[in-house]
Amino acid sequence: MTDETRDATMSIWRGTKTGGRFETYTVPMVEGMVVLDVIHRIQALRAPDLAVRWNCKAGKCGSCSAEINGHARLLCMTRMNTFAPGEEITVSPMKTFPIIKDLVTDVSFNYEKAKEIPAFKPKPKEADGTRRMYQEDIDRVQEFHKCIECFLCQDTCHVIRDHEENKKAFAGPRFFVRLAALEMHPLDTNDRLELIRQKAGLGFCNITKCCTEVCPEDIHITDNAIIPLKERIVTEFYDPLAWVKRRVLSKGAQQPGPGEPEPPSAKA
Amino acid sequence: MSKEGIERHDYDVIVVGAGGAGLRAAIEASAAGAHTALICKSLLGKAHTVMAEGGIAAALGNVWKEDNWRVHFRDTMRGGKLLNNWRMAQLHAQEAPDRVLELEEWGALFDRTSDGLILQRDFGGHRYARLAHVGDRTGLEMIRILQQHAVHKGIDVYMECTLQRLLTDGGKIAGAFGYWRESGKFVLFGARAVVLATGGGGKAWKITSNSWEYTGDGIAMALDAGTDLIDMEMVQFHPTGMVWPPSVRGLLVTEGVRGDGGMLTNNEGKRFMFDYIPEFFRADTAENEREADAWYEDKKNNRRTPDLLPRDEVARAINTEVKAGRGTPHGGVYLDIASRRSPEFIKKRLPSMYQQFKQLADVDITTTAMEIGPTCHYFMGGVRVEPETAAATVPGLFAAGEVAAGMHGANRLGGNSLSDLLVFGRRAGAGAAAYASRTNARAVDDAQVEAAARSMLAPFDGEGTENPYALHAELQETMQRLVGIIRTEAELQQAIATLDVLGERVDRVTVEGNRQFNPGWHLALDLRSMITVSKACARSALMRQESRGGHTRDDYQKADPEWGKKNVVTRKRGGQLELATEPLPQIPEELRQLVLAEEKQPA
Repeated sequence: MTDETRDATMSIWRGTKTGGRFETYTVPMVEGMVVLDVIHRIQALRAPDLAVRWNCKAGKCGSCSAEINGHARLLCMTRMNTFAPGEEITVSPMKTFPIIKDLVTDVSFNYEKAKEIPAFKPKPKEADGTRRMYQEDIDRVQEFHKCIECFLCQDTCHVIRDHEENKKAFAGPRFFVRLAALEMHPLDTNDRLELIRQKAGLGFCNITKCCTEVCPEDIHITDNAIIPLKERIVTEFYDPLAWVKRRVLSKGAQQPGPGEPEPPSAKA
Repeated sequence: MSKEGIERHDYDVIVVGAGGAGLRAAIEASAAGAHTALICKSLLGKAHTVMAEGGIAAALGNVWKEDNWRVHFRDTMRGGKLLNNWRMAQLHAQEAPDRVLELEEWGALFDRTSDGLILQRDFGGHRYARLAHVGDRTGLEMIRILQQHAVHKGIDVYMECTLQRLLTDGGKIAGAFGYWRESGKFVLFGARAVVLATGGGGKAWKITSNSWEYTGDGIAMALDAGTDLIDMEMVQFHPTGMVWPPSVRGLLVTEGVRGDGGMLTNNEGKRFMFDYIPEFFRADTAENEREADAWYEDKKNNRRTPDLLPRDEVARAINTEVKAGRGTPHGGVYLDIASRRSPEFIKKRLPSMYQQFKQLADVDITTTAMEIGPTCHYFMGGVRVEPETAAATVPGLFAAGEVAAGMHGANRLGGNSLSDLLVFGRRAGAGAAAYASRTNARAVDDAQVEAAARSMLAPFDGEGTENPYALHAELQETMQRLVGIIRTEAELQQAIATLDVLGERVDRVTVEGNRQFNPGWHLALDLRSMITVSKACARSALMRQESRGGHTRDDYQKADPEWGKKNVVTRKRGGQLELATEPLPQIPEELRQLVLAEEKQPA
């Protein structure tokens, strides 16, 4: 494929929290370009103050998240040759987060949620002073550690995408992955199940797998992180034997309080 | 401009930059009881550390029990062509294993050996398989673990905040001044101590693995504050960057490809690295393909493949092959792992390389050789520091990571960067906290703040004619063409003259729009730092009349023992750069013998 002479035409949302509109730009293209390359050319040639976040340009840092023709994507990993010649291309900011300017949104929601997760707390070392873990025991958790925090899963999750009011009591798929990574870490001793059930709002998720579909790292968010966490909650809180054990052994344990959303998984 | 209108925060220690070094420094300063802030240009977790692929070099001895800090020290010094600060290289080799194990205590999950310990992989210039790693995304693991650990330590984080000036009072650090990227509003930090962890300035070159952030701000700020720089001529060109398609030219291809068995060939199918084994490494390097291939499994009876010579050697060899017409269609050479390892092995060990080539270049690296060529990657030079505390020559200023100099000498070994960030990030954080605890807060000089603010707003005056993007492209062309892998006096003179003109033109840059998240304005300010560090680099390169490590002079092709005893020092006095040579710190005899000893020849 040579497209040395082709022009790229792209409509990009320009504006701030007080309003904005799509502007259309046309710039020359060279072979192999991704959407972010075209945006950089637009900055250099047409719109020097066009705001966009980016860093690595290789799908490793998760900075350039946006919506391309309505789909949550990384700008740096979306090749221009995936569009048919003449196909309209629109680029807009992530919808779930407040707009700062153009393609840049306020993602501080995610950094605040991260603070609420209790830290990793390892068990004591082996008798010989080492930490022994076997590859097969960490494969699953290493999958979760692939997360580049692009927040595309958060953007696409309908629990918060269309319901601002849910943000307070819902951590979102990125942090279910984080919580699963901690819960399944062979060395960790902290108990976060109460947090997962209550404050992180795992019950809001009805496993439509939208997050899994948009993950640029191919993390199986729903199957490998969310569903196993739901299963742990069911066992811990709704299994009668485990419930009695908790009542007897742990005074701080809570039952579902009045007025709290009942996790759907509890009824399963 | 009245300072009443400027947002102000006061801390014991501020850390500038939130890659591996900055995070580790902030964690240490905070743990020592200092009221600490971490300030970064991007969002937290996006700094260049996240791009590091191959691993963290540390003589853990999990795979080869023969490995220890002395071997690591020797490899580091030899890789750096003995220009390293020996004490930094010693501390680094001694402390790296503890720093890696500490990450495990904080939740890191490295790939494992069959007996459950941290697995280590081969890399260029390292005698033994030494790099603790997570597939080919080690940097992501490191930055995320440090980030998550820091979040729970009560460190205040200021994201998307760019600092432009260090403030001084009577020659000592008093704070720093900059702007919020989001609003464009000014922000002032009063601080007893400042740790610079701002990385290098590779964005001044056209073909580069560096992102927009690597504009040399920390180096330029330190220079303005009166500190010494050393080794600014020493720039590492990583031998393996992508060359095709044009939009990804320069993007890094991990050395782990060769560490895991990949080989370099030219368009005649020849493994050309056997023709480029320098005398200095001959005793450590395999003579033929049989020995090279056997080395991966048996390091006792075979020597290292020349494909894994230090990066400067490999980058120069590739450059020569391409110039001699033995390159690939797109001007690189071949890096082939497809014919050497199984697809399953490649996907398991190098998953992000597999994805990167598949998605960005339509190349399947499990069936096809990659085309690669050198790319500007890393500054060995930068702020001169004292090894134990990472203190710069200005009181109250500390530096760690790529912005600091000395550790890597004339050439850095792969994997030694991530360990450097941890070892000296920790030392800088401790050094800054200790300094802050015995120092009173210094007064902020309003005149310095007002002068900086005026200068930063100048591009909005509307009187200039220069476009920041066009000027940046010219700078990158200049550095690529005239201050690249191979240098000559005539070209360096030309570069210096061009940089002087660019330095005048950058004062005439004009930007459109307002101060709110305006990349044109941000670039206009970053350009000033880039031009400053480019000048320091070109002038240092002109001064060093020899070839050593990352600095190769076509007109002085040999290493000169006299130059091997000297650092080139850059200072700013009266607004002008001043260069001088100064003797290297004297290495103790016992360590010198360790470095010079030849490895045992195979039987």
